[in-house]
Amino acid sequence: MKRRRLWPLFWLSLGAVYFFLPLVATTDFSLRAQRGTLSLLAYQRVLQDSQFVSSFLFSLRMALFTILFGVLLIVPTAYWVHLRLPHLRPLIELLTLLPFVVPVIVLVFGLIRIYSRPPLLMTTTPATTDLLLVGGYLVVALPYLYRSIDVGLRAVDIRSLTEAAQSLGAGWGTILMRVVFPNLRTAALTGALLTLAIVIGELTLAQYLARPAFGPYMNLLGKNRAYEPAALSIMSFALTWAAMGTIYWMTRGQQAQIGGGH
Amino acid sequence: MRRRNRRDARFARPGGPYRRRDLLGLLPFVAFVTLFLLLPASTLVLGAFQGDGGRFTLEHVAGLSQRFILEGYRNSIQVSVVTALIGGAFGFLLAYAVTLGELPTFVRGTVITFAGVASNFAGVPLAFAFISTLGRTGIVTGFVKDLGIDLYKQGFDLYTFAGLSLTYLYFQFPLMILIMAPALDGLKREWREASENLGATVTQYWRHVALPILLPSILGSMVLLFGNAFGAYATAFALTGGTLDLVTIMIGAQIRGNVLYDPGLGYALAVGMIVIMAFSIGLYSLLQRRSERWLR
Repeated sequence: MKRRRLWPLFWLSLGAVYFFLPLVATTDFSLRAQRGTLSLLAYQRVLQDSQFVSSFLFSLRMALFTILFGVLLIVPTAYWVHLRLPHLRPLIELLTLLPFVVPVIVLVFGLIRIYSRPPLLMTTTPATTDLLLVGGYLVVALPYLYRSIDVGLRAVDIRSLTEAAQSLGAGWGTILMRVVFPNLRTAALTGALLTLAIVIGELTLAQYLARPAFGPYMNLLGKNRAYEPAALSIMSFALTWAAMGTIYWMTRGQQAQIGGGH
Repeated sequence: MRRRNRRDARFARPGGPYRRRDLLGLLPFVAFVTLFLLLPASTLVLGAFQGDGGRFTLEHVAGLSQRFILEGYRNSIQVSVVTALIGGAFGFLLAYAVTLGELPTFVRGTVITFAGVASNFAGVPLAFAFISTLGRTGIVTGFVKDLGIDLYKQGFDLYTFAGLSLTYLYFQFPLMILIMAPALDGLKREWREASENLGATVTQYWRHVALPILLPSILGSMVLLFGNAFGAYATAFALTGGTLDLVTIMIGAQIRGNVLYDPGLGYALAVGMIVIMAFSIGLYSLLQRRSERWLR
């Protein structure tokens, strides 16, 4: 009995070392900005950088737009497919898998090729470029967002709920707002947190669309500074940790959190 | 009045037979996918086959056989295969440890959460973490040096193939844990009991029962890991600053300025990526479906 546990424990410890060693080392590194002593100087410098604040807020705003558009687009679609077009499920699932087929760098290449020249010129003003950016983020987040909402829809008897609402005289708008959305709160929130984790530090799309986002800011800092990047890395990790921890806590570990944006 | 009645009749059967008009409900979604995914992708495909004045040509695709481009594909595929194999094997063993390893129950939840975090911890911050750890002035590099081993004099370099693989593994093996843990849960206890009753040893059980059932799932997940690394750009760019010749890095350089001196070749490069990704995602779906026959 005891012997059989030996190997699992060995692999587990090896995994723990791999997981924690870079974190411990990075934390250590981030505290060495001041010679000869451990200090929070690197963190202080990062937080006092006005570009840090502005780029972080920019990315946060883009993430919120992505989540908003995503939920408004995907919840009604997934609901409609469940209710009326179940035979089209495989097709929709295929469409939601497509973002895996087109790597982000290829996606941004295509977006720039189409939307940086007439007739669909969009890269000339910040507002339309941001629209492009949010669209791109939503494509990247689509598989995760769709999947978590689909899982949520499967857990409730959406057909009976719709029938009940209709027999009480509700129209489609009321059904969506007061029956479907409230029932999908956890699912939508899970998808939203995953989207946030993907978007907030995303580099590729923002860099090539030339928007002042957090990812390009971090990358630039990494080229010019030594200790601040380590501090940023630890802060990003804490953010990812908070997002994933919340998902795990909300779904009680029912849902695997598989993310993207590498 | 009559129109109203018809509408009510339809309204009363939310799950009733489908009508053409129902397809309209998909319009916003299909429009979005078309505008932001299908159109950008297809314009690259078109560009890859278009010569001067818009005539059809295979010139650009043929251009992919140049040495430095093949080298780029080879590097990308190499990193992806190596990290898929190592990450897949290691992730499988960890998934096995937390599902069937008879460890305390809290271990599983903890490991799954950690895996969720690590598989999402990628891009620029991940590159920074590995630079702080194993870069020239990294903490571990310094620690090992104090012990008398100079990693960089031994031939290790974080900014090359080995370092990149080591970094990718940080999100590869946790992804494997996340996919394999549910699959291992699907192994029914009865199968093990049945084979034990028939006198099978543990090795025989794994060789003839468990592994054949798990194999499509394991292979499928590894293919997914392959795609995961193959399409990665941000981590590699932040780590090496674009000095390592991967396909993604080459495409990035092409977007920044026409470094290939041939836009068509750039499109062909991107289309080559799409083809490889489509192949691996297709294979993944196929294997996943196969594995669902036994593991529900």
